Amino acid sequence: MSHFLTPVFEPGFFESTTVHVAALVGAAVALVAAAVGLFTVMRGQSFAGEALGDIGTTGGSGAFLIGVGPLWGFVAISIVAAAAMEMIGIQRPRGRDLATGIVLGAALGLAALFLYLDATYRNTTGATVTILFGSIFTIAGSTTPVIIVLSATALAIVAALYRPLLLSSVSTDLAAARGISVRLVGALYLLALAISVALASMTIGTILSTALLVGPAATALRLTRRPGAAMLAAAGIGIGATWLGIVLAYDSYDWPPVGHGWPVSFFVVTIVFVLYLLSGLPELWRTRRRRRVDRAIAGEPQLAGDG
Amino acid sequence: MFSSFMINAWTEATIVAVVAGVVGFFTVLRGSAFVAHAVPNGSFAGAAGASLLGINTIVGLGVFALLGAFGIGVLGRRGRHDVVTALALVFMLGLGALFVSMSVENAPEIYSLLFGEVLGISSNELGPTVALAVVCIAVVVVVYRPLMLSSVLAEAGEARGVSSFRMEMCFLTVVALATTMTVPVVGTLLIFSLMIGAPAAARSFTDRPVHAIVLSVAIALATVWSAIAISYTTNYPVGFFVGTIGALSFALGRGWAAWRRSRTTRRRAPASELGAAGT
Repeated sequence: MSHFLTPVFEPGFFESTTVHVAALVGAAVALVAAAVGLFTVMRGQSFAGEALGDIGTTGGSGAFLIGVGPLWGFVAISIVAAAAMEMIGIQRPRGRDLATGIVLGAALGLAALFLYLDATYRNTTGATVTILFGSIFTIAGSTTPVIIVLSATALAIVAALYRPLLLSSVSTDLAAARGISVRLVGALYLLALAISVALASMTIGTILSTALLVGPAATALRLTRRPGAAMLAAAGIGIGATWLGIVLAYDSYDWPPVGHGWPVSFFVVTIVFVLYLLSGLPELWRTRRRRRVDRAIAGEPQLAGDG
Repeated sequence: MFSSFMINAWTEATIVAVVAGVVGFFTVLRGSAFVAHAVPNGSFAGAAGASLLGINTIVGLGVFALLGAFGIGVLGRRGRHDVVTALALVFMLGLGALFVSMSVENAPEIYSLLFGEVLGISSNELGPTVALAVVCIAVVVVVYRPLMLSSVLAEAGEARGVSSFRMEMCFLTVVALATTMTVPVVGTLLIFSLMIGAPAAARSFTDRPVHAIVLSVAIALATVWSAIAISYTTNYPVGFFVGTIGALSFALGRGWAAWRRSRTTRRRAPASELGAAGT
């Protein structure tokens, strides 16, 4: 059996501590991302999720400048940014994206300044790439406890808010009629989103953080309508994609160019994207068939202009 | 500040601001801030790929911007728009990460792609920018009325035979073109603050579309010009000033709108506080 698996798992894969940490942290992040991401997708807040990750860059580079650990920079700036988005306070989905955009634009401007100062006063430009792309293979073991505590906080907020959050995500009016403060629930949710995205983008990079937040949840919501089941499915997809990505990245050291691994984020993102596309196929097939049946029943060509 | 090597920067920035002001107006009107972020940001991967293959960066940028925009448009018909945008963006960035890891590209180059290098523009980069800008504005002028209708009232547009899918594709193409021309100048990250900040501020001052477009271009121009001037004198990155001035102008616009609203409410209903509470 192990002989059969050698082509998949390169020698040394299961002994490597880096792989252990990466697999563990990746799974934890994917789990939190699935729980938080389900609501992100239902509420149409993918942009906020993505932007908060990008904004983490500002915090990371700022923290680097003043010599604080990047984790605190990421978390602090994300919470500040989430508060700013909330304070601009446009609740319509279209306008909400605008508020996100304004905050993102300002934060990226600051990031440009911080990165410039980092490069000038601290003589390093490598920070740009590390902060933007992150890597699951370069996680310091010492930050793990803090990461776990903060992840648990984000999960706890979502768990405590579960029912009102679900109701207000499905129908704002219904939630308001039930006496739920939609605004407060939305603000608290944004806080949970900010914490989890900050952690994710710090540990595995902004790209992966967004991919794991949005991809598995959106895929799961296409497969099932039940929120609980969708959350489980999203967690499964997220963890599966992360682990498969780690295996492939480990294997890729032998691929061209030899001796230089392909990035994990590339594999995970591709897997997540393909799964999302595949999950749309049943729906596509159903609508195609329904349309054909409709046409057969009507027995006449469709009216022009429906394309 | 106006020496010969700076002339290119001023010209280039002026063209970029005009295009960003016009395209940005529709971005804000359609609520497509995420797309305006995703297309330029994702097209970064194209630039990285182009430098890996040794071809012109602009070609790589253009190909990725168009592919990304079309992908978002086509997939967005069937899925949630923001989800599709996010996934298309991360997929492109994932490819970008792969290209960057394979090339021997050094970090400063990536920094300039992300944050732009308006002061380092050479005069032979001016040609493509002008051409793309003209195409962009021309497309907007040609589809102005249907695009406007479909952005404000998609259903009414459909009823009058304006396909909102086709308009979406038109809009995405314009965003992709604008991206291709602006990214080498202001960077993938800052074209965004130009495309959102100025038009969003303009919309707070006026409700008339043409006025708003003109005002949006004016604010974008003011932003870019003052950003370059301050950056030239202080030596800090242009991007920082573009981002900050963009956000400030939006705040000003919102403040102005709030002030005007409170004044009209007071005049209309002096005794009641209903109007003020219903914001």
